[in-house]
Amino acid sequence: MTAVVATPPRPSVLRRIARLAPYILLTPGLLWLLYFFIWPLAQMTLMSVSSGTLDTGFHVTGTLKSFSDALTKFGTQWGNSLLYGGTSTVLDFLIGFPVAYTIAFKGGRYKNLLLFMVIAPFFTSFLIRTISWQILLGDEGPILAFLKHTLGIVPVDFSILYSPVAVISGLTYNFLPFMILPMYVALEKIDFRLLEAAGDLYGSSWQTFRRVTFPLALPGVFAGSILTFIPAMGDYVNAELLGSPKTRMIGNVIQGRFLQSTDYPSASALSLLLMLGILIAVGIYARALGTEELTG
Amino acid sequence: MPILAATGRDRIARSEGGSGSGEEENPARVTDVAVRLVQLTKRFGGDTTGKRVATYVDGAKADDTFLAVDHIDLEVRDGEFFSLLGPSGCGKTTTLRMIGGFEQPTSGLIELKGEDVSWLPAYQRNVNTVFQNYALFPHLTVFENVAFGLRRRKVADADIKQRVGDMLELVELPGYERRKPGQLSGGQAQRVALARALVNKPAVLLLDEPLGALDLKLRKQMQVELKRIQQEVRITFIYVTHDQEEAMTMSDRIAVMNKGKYEQLGDPEVLYERPQTRFVAGFLGVSNLLRATPDGPVDGYAVYRLADATAVRVPQQLVQGESGPVAIGVRPEKIRLSEAKADVAPGLNRLAGVISDASYLGVSTQYIVSLAGGGSVTVYEQNVERATKSELWTAGESVQLTWVPEHSFVVADEGSASNAAQEDLS
Ligand SMILES: Nc1ncnc2c1ncn2[C@@H]1O[C@H](COP(=O)(O)OP(=O)(O)O)[C@@H](O)[C@H]1O
Ligand SMILES: [Mg+2]
Repeated sequence: MTAVVATPPRPSVLRRIARLAPYILLTPGLLWLLYFFIWPLAQMTLMSVSSGTLDTGFHVTGTLKSFSDALTKFGTQWGNSLLYGGTSTVLDFLIGFPVAYTIAFKGGRYKNLLLFMVIAPFFTSFLIRTISWQILLGDEGPILAFLKHTLGIVPVDFSILYSPVAVISGLTYNFLPFMILPMYVALEKIDFRLLEAAGDLYGSSWQTFRRVTFPLALPGVFAGSILTFIPAMGDYVNAELLGSPKTRMIGNVIQGRFLQSTDYPSASALSLLLMLGILIAVGIYARALGTEELTG
Repeated sequence: MPILAATGRDRIARSEGGSGSGEEENPARVTDVAVRLVQLTKRFGGDTTGKRVATYVDGAKADDTFLAVDHIDLEVRDGEFFSLLGPSGCGKTTTLRMIGGFEQPTSGLIELKGEDVSWLPAYQRNVNTVFQNYALFPHLTVFENVAFGLRRRKVADADIKQRVGDMLELVELPGYERRKPGQLSGGQAQRVALARALVNKPAVLLLDEPLGALDLKLRKQMQVELKRIQQEVRITFIYVTHDQEEAMTMSDRIAVMNKGKYEQLGDPEVLYERPQTRFVAGFLGVSNLLRATPDGPVDGYAVYRLADATAVRVPQQLVQGESGPVAIGVRPEKIRLSEAKADVAPGLNRLAGVISDASYLGVSTQYIVSLAGGGSVTVYEQNVERATKSELWTAGESVQLTWVPEHSFVVADEGSASNAAQEDLS
């Protein structure tokens, strides 16, 4: 920079190691990713342009038939995935935000207890929780029995189970903690003096929320909805256990192709398209929320 | 800094008469008072939090509560730069937060321009705050930060643009509209915080140690700047600080707070020249305090005897009626040093001592002088008559200390009690 550019002292061995430290620390993670993500992804990509059967073996032929099938044959299931995944994400936000807000701002000394309650369901297996929703939503389950017989406000032959409502309910329930936790973290770290400043500048409680609290919580809302939407979109367990053939999602199709009809090329193409679709959806979403809001 | 005795006394007399800096004032007009605090009290903890009615009897201290602000009565005049000065933890911020509406008083009233606002939420008070850490909205641009208050009040867009622009000019940040707070330096963020509050033309602007996070040089610069801005906009400023020099530099009047109360209220020079309590004498500048007992009046002077029976005279009108032991105070720059055997003019207070330490400070030299009668005093001598090393007093030299009786002040000798108070703070 200045005239004093005398030869720098030769870096010692220790210093050279120190400079390499970030890469050394990254190595295990990178290897893990390489082996368990990049490698299978590459294989899957190759598989998606192959043809053959499990008996005769699969060969890369460069055919795009699997992709055109994936796009044309499963319109309903793609639609269901988008609809159910999207709806449950929105519902999770509507249910989760007030919860996160209350814990962050009004939780006081019960904060940790309340947070524990949010993640408590994780102590039971995903499958068992979903199966228990079969009972909850059953025709003679606690909810409907009460509405049908005690209150008598619902017709006796009314049913929720195996309908889209049941699948969305299950998805919403199962992914709710993924929505609440990031939003809680974002709300929790808001400096309360900013809220006082908004009040000082004539912002009513609502305006303060609208102009300060919520914008500052947006990174959490973004993270939460992605963490909810991605698994909900690709989920097949809820549709399997709480739905009917009509409510099948793309996850069910992929599962069927892999495990039942062993049509690996088709399953691979569907998986890749699902990934691509989610990436695009997230991209559009990030754009809509405004990247500046997310980084600022 | 040292003012001529006559001028000083004149000004003091006027201020003590309650007429401030001599502008026309009409005490009957309620609008002359920007903020009036009546018996304002805040007790933290216990079961009074959030309750509007005081359920405490004075003196009955509940174990788990803390009296942060203790029955303060105060009037802040319209358009003045008023400072709350005191050590950390004395209740300045709490007082300010109650005025701003962020903290509910345990008891007492807050009037803003004659209107009781004690129970109005912050957003309904015509008061704005410059927060200690600025509290700028990180997701909004400088423009939107400054425009925040105007937008909430539904000011027209064109107006907002105009006023925000003017305000950024006033704080010397034109062209910064589109920056985010994260891209500003401390001093710039400070100015934005000021602009954001001032643009609303509040009745009163509250500032909580707004310069605390800045380095010394910038702080000095901002002090001058703040004073200029205040004089330009003529809005009442209530300024909280623990830095006595800062308060003296900027304020029209200062209330010196200690333990939830204020001990003295007045112009900076009154507080400096005539502190009324040991605490004020010690908190503002350096004071030499000499314990003494009264020995009757002579020729309009009250005579006091120090421990070694040396007589010290103080003008009778400066004595506040203490009859027991007192502490006679004199500021270090008021004391003159001369050779032990030199003649001194009659009528001066005179003590004998030995120089025990001398530090050359450039503008002045600071001497610590051990008194013949025990104890020591600090003396500042301007480096005018004596400036070179050979001319300065050196340790071990015998000297006499003299000062004009009018430069003395008298405070009650709460001795141990007040010392304990100061130990609490450290
Ligand atoms: N929310 C609170 N709860 C309990 N005590 C508090 C609270 N806020 C302030 N205090 C106490 O009240 C006293 C005065 O605090 P503060 O007004 O912040 O002092 P200052 O601003 O003069 O440093 C301090 O002793 C502080 O510990
Ligand atoms: Mg404070």
